[in-house]
Amino acid sequence: MIPFSYSRATDANGAIEQVAGNHTKYLGGGTNLVDLMRENIERPTALVDVTGLSNEITETPDGGLIIGAAVRNTALASHPIVRARYPVLCRAILAGASAQIRNMATVGGNILQRTRCSYFYDAAGSNCNKRTLGEGCDAIGGFARYHAILGASPSCIATHPSDMCVALAALDAVVLVDGIHGERRLALNDLHRLPGDRPDVDTVLEPDELITAVELPQFSLASRSTYRKVRDRSSYAFALVSVAAILNVKDGLIADARIGLGGVAHKPWRARKAEAILRGGPATIAQFEAAAGAELADAQPLQDNVFKVELARRTIVAVLEDLRDTQ
Amino acid sequence: MQTSTHLEISRRDLLISSAATVAVTGVAGGAIAQSAGNDMVQTSKVSFIVNGDIHNMKLDNRTTLLDALREHLHLTGTKKGCDHGQCGACTVIVDGRRLNACLTLAIMQEGRRVTTIEGLGKPGDLHPMQAAFIKHDGFQCGYCTPGQICSSVAVLEEIGANIPSHVTADLTSPVALTAAEVRERMSGNICRCGAYSNIIDAISDVGGMKA
Amino acid sequence: MNIIEDAKQAVQGLVQGAMAKAVALAPDSWMPGGEPDPLIRHQHGHVGKPLSRIDGPRKVTGSATFSAEFPVDGMVYAAVVFATIAKGRLVEIDTRSAEASPGVISVMTHRNAPKLNPPPVFMSSSKAAGGDNLPIMQDDRIHWNGQPIAVVLAESQEFADHAASLICATYEADVTLTNFAVAIAKGTEPSLFMGQPLHNEIGDAEKALKEAPVAVDATYRTPRHNHNAIELHAVTVAWTGDTLRIHDASQLVAHTAWSVAQMFGMDEKQVVVTSPFVGGGFGGKCLWQHQVLAAAAAKIVGRPVRLVLSREGVYRVVGGRTLTEQRVALGADKHGKFKALIHTGVIAKTPSNILPEPFIMPARSAYASETMLLDVQAVELDMLANTFMRAPGEAVGTFALESAIDELADALGIDPIELRLRNEPEKEPTSGLPFSSRHVVEAWKMGAERFGWDQRSVKPGLVRDGEWLVGLGCATATYPYYRMPGGAARITLTRLGQATVDIAAHEMGMGTATVQTQVVAERLGLSLEAITFNYGDSTLPGVVLAGGSQQTASIGASVIAAHRALVKELIKIAGNDSPLAGLKPDEVASRDAGLCKADDPSRFETYASILERAHRDEIRVEASPPDPLETMHWSMHSHGAMFCEVRVNAVTGEPRVSRFLGSFDCGRILNSKTAASQFRGGIIMGLGLALMEETQFDERYGRIMNPSLSEYHVPVHMDVPDIDVIWTDIPDPHTPMGAHGVGEIGITGTAAAVANAIYNATGKRMRDLPITLDKLL
Ligand SMILES: Cc1cc2nc3c(=O)[nH]c(=O)nc-3n(C[C@H](O)[C@H](O)[C@H](O)COP(=O)(O)OP(=O)(O)OC[C@H]3O[C@@H](n4cnc5c(N)ncnc54)[C@H](O)[C@@H]3O)c2cc1C
Ligand code: SF4
Ligand code: FES
Ligand code: FES
Repeated sequence: MIPFSYSRATDANGAIEQVAGNHTKYLGGGTNLVDLMRENIERPTALVDVTGLSNEITETPDGGLIIGAAVRNTALASHPIVRARYPVLCRAILAGASAQIRNMATVGGNILQRTRCSYFYDAAGSNCNKRTLGEGCDAIGGFARYHAILGASPSCIATHPSDMCVALAALDAVVLVDGIHGERRLALNDLHRLPGDRPDVDTVLEPDELITAVELPQFSLASRSTYRKVRDRSSYAFALVSVAAILNVKDGLIADARIGLGGVAHKPWRARKAEAILRGGPATIAQFEAAAGAELADAQPLQDNVFKVELARRTIVAVLEDLRDTQ
Repeated sequence: MQTSTHLEISRRDLLISSAATVAVTGVAGGAIAQSAGNDMVQTSKVSFIVNGDIHNMKLDNRTTLLDALREHLHLTGTKKGCDHGQCGACTVIVDGRRLNACLTLAIMQEGRRVTTIEGLGKPGDLHPMQAAFIKHDGFQCGYCTPGQICSSVAVLEEIGANIPSHVTADLTSPVALTAAEVRERMSGNICRCGAYSNIIDAISDVGGMKA
Repeated sequence: MNIIEDAKQAVQGLVQGAMAKAVALAPDSWMPGGEPDPLIRHQHGHVGKPLSRIDGPRKVTGSATFSAEFPVDGMVYAAVVFATIAKGRLVEIDTRSAEASPGVISVMTHRNAPKLNPPPVFMSSSKAAGGDNLPIMQDDRIHWNGQPIAVVLAESQEFADHAASLICATYEADVTLTNFAVAIAKGTEPSLFMGQPLHNEIGDAEKALKEAPVAVDATYRTPRHNHNAIELHAVTVAWTGDTLRIHDASQLVAHTAWSVAQMFGMDEKQVVVTSPFVGGGFGGKCLWQHQVLAAAAAKIVGRPVRLVLSREGVYRVVGGRTLTEQRVALGADKHGKFKALIHTGVIAKTPSNILPEPFIMPARSAYASETMLLDVQAVELDMLANTFMRAPGEAVGTFALESAIDELADALGIDPIELRLRNEPEKEPTSGLPFSSRHVVEAWKMGAERFGWDQRSVKPGLVRDGEWLVGLGCATATYPYYRMPGGAARITLTRLGQATVDIAAHEMGMGTATVQTQVVAERLGLSLEAITFNYGDSTLPGVVLAGGSQQTASIGASVIAAHRALVKELIKIAGNDSPLAGLKPDEVASRDAGLCKADDPSRFETYASILERAHRDEIRVEASPPDPLETMHWSMHSHGAMFCEVRVNAVTGEPRVSRFLGSFDCGRILNSKTAASQFRGGIIMGLGLALMEETQFDERYGRIMNPSLSEYHVPVHMDVPDIDVIWTDIPDPHTPMGAHGVGEIGITGTAAAVANAIYNATGKRMRDLPITLDKLL
């Protein structure tokens, strides 16, 4: 870890003012940033602790929720409104990491956590375009079980590891951002990037931009939502594949469907092709299969993760079936 | 479905090509690419309460809560098993919430109350969970044990506070104390000796769970 | 393998071979254990009781001191830099920025490290402890990807770690061999284990296989495994004058002291290794480079040094279990009688160590077969030396063998337990030796009943519970009884009736201190409170390895010897006024804090009274047991019957174990509480072996890519169901206390029981570990 200065911010303006340049980073729970600093992958010379920012969860007049960026993962998952109306979000958070880490992790930090690609983590011994652009990607041709099957590029095949974000993607969450050049609202789905030829850039945020809150739209529909995570051990493991789904069936027809996929891409993957097929169609297994198949038709797996295509297909279908049967 | 060919380079090909290379250079530490930045030591004053005692310290900003406890306060009951949040050996309770002391900086703890294994009980004056671990043989080598015990104490409180978990079937009813709930909640504490079954017995005993 | 080593091992093998015959034919009574240990008859004393761990209060309160926790004044922190190529030469290592970095005291590389002899590699001599015999930081050669190339010494860990990241190395790479398949294609070599070839033949097994009415023949693969004890490998070292003190996490303190002394050219007595608590061993806490680097660094900086390997560091410098490719072929007649048993295959090792994973060990004694062919071939790769890991050989060997038996049972239409019982041998097939104690049939019967084996659906794939396919499987567990030479113990008995036993043994969680306190109390006829058991210090008597599940036997035999010496000494000083006058030591036994005539307990005198009359405050004796010839006279093994219930998700393929039972035959159980924990712990590690553990060794670079507890999966709480353990508790008449070690048997058979249960649940045969969900989709 390189030496760094440390300061605390209590509000967004204070935090943004302290951003001295490219080498300053906001510090949430630290569960990802401190780890990456220890590995010399992140090398900020200044940290601005933003855990003092809003940790409130408030209902909007139109029935949505505003979640402060400093809300801890556990607090969010425990909130009565989240449990009642947004089970997909609650379950996604609870499927991630461990209770200890969820007690520390903040909403802002969870969204901006970086990939767990083991070549990315091996700063001393492996090549990685995400760490050093142009160096090459050792994951290609190496161990790629946890890597992307959708939207990858020849320069990076990493996945975004967050569970929470998969639910936020399905929920059409909006991220409230503030920075030197003012505030903006970004759909979570537009926040994370695909790797393309710039895998070193994870998101569309500028270095000075601070996540201040996440807004969930009003969503009674969300109560028929769930999250399913498939992993190599029963707990405390990242997703091989995960599915966040929201389904609304009326008279046997699908009124609305939203699906987020985790473990399959460089960003939380919104399965829009599948959704398009589902919407208006019959809530039958054949329809679910057609939808999943359409989404995964573009999959480009590697030898190590070919299985994920079938796994994702089956998991999507099973989750939809489950939601239909509990309508 | 199609298997991508442009990404796939077989391991065999690479092996052959690297075997043919006579001289390659590499860098240990991966540090030369970027300047080390300001190499000045950066320290801060911080004070927090550990097991009831207030400690005022001046620490390197890089010092984690774990190293502050172990190396500066000589409270070595809290263990280091990975330093990456991957094992739970460093679990302590801060302001009533358990966390991994290895992933949090000491300077972030200003004004907080930290409880470590030493604060739960001492030989001769054990916390009920510590006594239950002995009774049910909830450990072997004892290295993961302080973390397991801090987590166990917290798990019962979290269930009492109606915090849900991954295995909670009904998110809107009060959470019940069941073996599955305890197992899931304890999964952030790895025990290589495999004392898991006995730990569940100890927690069930203290928590008054019906068999 | 180098030629000298080869020759040495071959000679050792020959001598052992000739001697083995003589020992096998000698009368029982000549053997250690020829007369049953009198303690076996003590049924109502301390032995066997579920005593809670005596070190429990310290462990649960965080007051047990591990190796990185010894406070030393003026201590320096170390950080290690590791090579990133598999083989070659360091062209340049630039340490200038590191040296200039704040808080740094010194940087050690091959350029300034003190001259050291190479480590004596484990098993090359009786006290050798090294994981390999490669020189440590003596030259510019790189032998594996991960080899230490520099050690930074600084005033804090933060300074040291940061400075380590500033070190730049330039390498010149050699042609490497890091690919198992390529190495096999180039040719394999026969292998030796403890001086003996890993090869056995009875008749013409290939021919018998061809002629057998029913046969199975398949290849099984197991990957590399890493140890992952939760305590990181760590040392605190200090030179005081000419003495080197090493606070280590060690399962072989005396071996380490001797080996380090060899390397530094010192007298063995000048190196003191202590290790009161070890945060998990399993074969991994032996002598690797970090202890030596710390000692060398402490010499350079003239201050005590603490070196704690990072978790990645542990993967880079501490070896693990190597990978195997095994063929098992079984031929049987229609009734299931084995006509042919073939278990052969290949493992990988390095040129610098001598452990070929001996996966044929179970097959040597488990079953009767008309013909047999057992063989382990080795290839050598450019990688970190592999080493012992819980039940080396047996853990992965039983996976292949016991899976194959299940396959054969299926082919024959015979219940797999019944098939095993039909092939129960009368004596050890490969050596012809009689069994010292073998009650695996009882274990099977007890286990089958308790587990509800009769509930199993014979046809696979039929039982379903919602999304989950449910199946039952079983397998035999087996592990040898070992007792290694070198044991010794000292007993000090005071006039107040307190006894202290000193022995350089180890407590890594097996319950040693607790169990031995029980045994010593019983043997000396004292209360538990009267016993102090000192261990974990190389200055104490004995060269005792906590490995091979042999420590209990080694300590037991040493204490028997010391007790005998104590009795002799007591009778001598008791004199003619004692009720014991005129008795020979063999006629005397201990009871109630004193001695009595064995067959007339009323002739009795307390220790206190004997010592008082002799005007002695205390009496001290030290003795060593005879060499372990018993293991060449009898076939000595522990056994178990393992039962598993799994659930495999029909949608996702996720395999989860929902119930497990181990039914063991391991001699007499000395402490039912700690033994149960050892059994369970072994089984849980076996579940990891079966379902998730795999070191990702990138064959392109010879580099381990998952050096972390997040990417290398070991079981967590949620993976572990209720685990039931039961045992026969039948003493082995030829071992101290009638006991066998219980540390390793639990991991054997477990993976096969899981794989067989998965077959029963799904109809899919799993022959490659770990059984991850993708294989079940
Ligand atoms: C062993 C282990 C297992 C894990 N398993 C899982 C898992 O299964 N599923 C899962 O989803 N996650 C998992 N995680 C990751 C965990 O969820 C993240 O580390 C955590 O959510 C990050 O939150 P944080 O507040 O600690 O972020 P930090 O580490 O503090 O920050 C992460 C990043 O976000 C930036 N940042 C933080 N707050 C803001 C803000 N308000 N505005 C702008 N930038 C900000 C930081 O600069 C940094 O770049 C695991 C982590 C560990 C260590
Ligand atoms: S997949 Fe991406 S993160 Fe991983 S090594 Fe390649 S470039 Fe780096
Ligand atoms: S040491 Fe903190 S989780 Fe392992
Ligand atoms: S008791 Fe040894 S790791 Fe848990």
